[in-house]
Amino acid sequence: MRKILGLSAFYHDAAAALVVDGEIIAAAQEERFSRRKNDDRFPSQAIAYCLREAGLTEADLDAVVFYDKPILKFVRSVETWLTVAPCGARSFVQALPQWVGGRLNVVGTVREELPRLPASCPILFTTHHQAHAASAFYPSPFEEAAILTVDGVGEYATTTIARGHGNAIELLQELRFPHSLGLLYSAFTAYCGFHVNSGEYKLMGLAPYGEPVYADRIREQLLDMKADGSFRLNLDFFSFMEGQSMTNLRFHDLFGGRPRHPSEPIETRHLNVARSIQTVTEDILLRLARHAREVTGARNLCMAGGVALNCVANGLILREKIFERLWIQPAAGDAGAALGAALAAWFQPPEGPSPVRTPCVPDSMKGAALGPGFTDDDIEPLLKEVGAVYRCLDDPSFVPTVAQLLADQKVVGWVQGRMEFGPRALGNRSILGDARSPRMQSVMNLKIKFRESFRPFAPLVLLERVADYFELTEPSPYMMLVAPVRPELRNPPSPEATGLDLVRHPHSSLPAVTHVDFSARIQTVDARTHPLLHRLLGEFEKITGCGVLVNTSFNIRGEPIICTPADAYRCFLKTEMDALVVGHFLLLRAEQPRPAVEGADRVRVEELEPALPSSGDGPKLREQPSEWRKFVAVWVAAASLLAYLLHHRHPSTFRTWPYLQGVLLIVLVVGMIRPRWFRKPYRAVTIATFHVGKPISQVVLRVFYWVLLTPFGWTLKASGHAPLPLHRDPAVSTYWSAAPLLRGLRRPA
Amino acid sequence: MWQLAKEFFRFLREEKKWWLIPLIALLLLLAAMLIFGTSSVLAPFMYPFL
Repeated sequence: MRKILGLSAFYHDAAAALVVDGEIIAAAQEERFSRRKNDDRFPSQAIAYCLREAGLTEADLDAVVFYDKPILKFVRSVETWLTVAPCGARSFVQALPQWVGGRLNVVGTVREELPRLPASCPILFTTHHQAHAASAFYPSPFEEAAILTVDGVGEYATTTIARGHGNAIELLQELRFPHSLGLLYSAFTAYCGFHVNSGEYKLMGLAPYGEPVYADRIREQLLDMKADGSFRLNLDFFSFMEGQSMTNLRFHDLFGGRPRHPSEPIETRHLNVARSIQTVTEDILLRLARHAREVTGARNLCMAGGVALNCVANGLILREKIFERLWIQPAAGDAGAALGAALAAWFQPPEGPSPVRTPCVPDSMKGAALGPGFTDDDIEPLLKEVGAVYRCLDDPSFVPTVAQLLADQKVVGWVQGRMEFGPRALGNRSILGDARSPRMQSVMNLKIKFRESFRPFAPLVLLERVADYFELTEPSPYMMLVAPVRPELRNPPSPEATGLDLVRHPHSSLPAVTHVDFSARIQTVDARTHPLLHRLLGEFEKITGCGVLVNTSFNIRGEPIICTPADAYRCFLKTEMDALVVGHFLLLRAEQPRPAVEGADRVRVEELEPALPSSGDGPKLREQPSEWRKFVAVWVAAASLLAYLLHHRHPSTFRTWPYLQGVLLIVLVVGMIRPRWFRKPYRAVTIATFHVGKPISQVVLRVFYWVLLTPFGWTLKASGHAPLPLHRDPAVSTYWSAAPLLRGLRRPA
Repeated sequence: MWQLAKEFFRFLREEKKWWLIPLIALLLLLAAMLIFGTSSVLAPFMYPFL
């Protein structure tokens, strides 16, 4: 039995995934345990969960695989600093200590965090896009497929095309940094006032309210796009390489004003900008898909990378019938790359033959339910502990009772089975509502989720009934496809209604899940993957005649999706949700003890959307006896040396030297025997050192950047050896580069 | 770490970017010194040399 742990960390969405003999056993994002959205720190809690799920310990692991190659990423950062010199000082000063402080030495970090990992257990590395490609192809139902990975940036690649066949993945072509569709989309996300790396789907949701009036301007001024989907950005308009912001003044002039602050209202200009970049993104993705088909000759397409979460573009690729079938990794972002890394290590082992791969139908992802699950026996003590008022529903009455609550237009928190892996709640950690209700979208947005009113909700629909409501015949189990509501169900608004005024209009007979362009982000529910949810939808349909429910993730804005029943209860109390169903337990808001409801931390909208956490801020305190002992030894040695020097130079005035030596010796002995006594001085000195040392190091780094790196960068550019490809050439027919050979996982002979 | 270093040298050979070696060595040294200078218990004794 071969047990492989895949990891992603240090940028955003740290995650761990465990694969045993090719089977995906568990996978989870660190944010779900730490409760810090997009937590980028080493995924210790996610690893602990994965091992617990499999009944293993660190000592049982056969390989640990990291999802990118830190040295190549570091070299790319150095080349970026050289390219943008002298403007990259801020990014240089911020990033260099983080690189040396742990990002580079991933092997050391893994060994430090997993101390019981056997020395014989190798720590392997895939390239970033190799991990994405593996996460897209290996769990897919295809024996052969084209693989398209598109994201911000990995080491150098930003977009890759690969061919998957059996157990092998061959990377064929790539587009390289800084020319990135993910970064282009993120630049517009920031410009419209949303957080980069977490607000892209808001921009996608905003787009249908606007008109693509800027699309031609984007194509002509910001891009040089070729027929095969390859492109280069005009970097005169962007500042993401300098690291201070995504866009610059030229960009702002091009789109009629400065970037929107998150607290400012959304104007028509922002709607049009959102629609324009969405249109251009769809255009590029369609071209990329067509090119992938030409290059690979495959009939199926697999996708991953952050841009593959753009489900509007995914739906378009499906409707254009470029490929016969499409499969998208549900955890398409960097969290999914942890899973891809583990799968790559299984199918492309460093030594020995590659195992045979037998594709599973519908796929190997187990409905993405790869996180922690809780039985009724686990749940009841937790509910008792928090003082919740609940009733346990027996099996025959359970589903009908919940279906009736939903039919009565109650908003129901639904926590069942194992937590989902990836950004979507797929019916295990969800908030459900009646899709027919015209007020459901605004109630859920403003009173439950505390988020922007323009954002649509996704429908849950019985797989066998999907074509009755939507122009879709394919399964969409992971909410990765957007398709139109059927024309006979639509209710067009009056021609005078424009922009965000459209929010209030019911756009179909399923108003809560129909966007202003009559589209919906669909999740199909089949009886095999989601038997309980399928029963609930069936029961709801029996009562109401409608087989569609609203599904949104069980969280509020700015918080990760809930993980445990205790998280669910806390979130339930904070919001105005009517009922909570955890396992077989039903909790009604009206029945909860008043002190619990009133005492819950009420959500304050101004506190939502906290700044994303970043690793490496603050002093690094290592609260261990060995550190305290080291601290005592160093300071005793220093004091002893100082005393000796003083005694040596001024023997007449410094006569207490022998006594002082004795005192220092006693301090040393005490420090070695009782190191905890020196914990407070250790903390004080470390914190003081950090605050004194940080400004000094920043000054030194800035001087280094301007005095050494800047002239070096200028010399490279002047001699025609610019480290990164910046120029655009209208004469060439393509910007694709041949992808480097994959050797990462195989140890050099 | 040795595996990563080999990977790095292979990358330099393929991309013909040998000029990066002294630069990266210098950067790593400097950064290591500065990290040491903000997190080590020896840090206060280093300030006179910065």
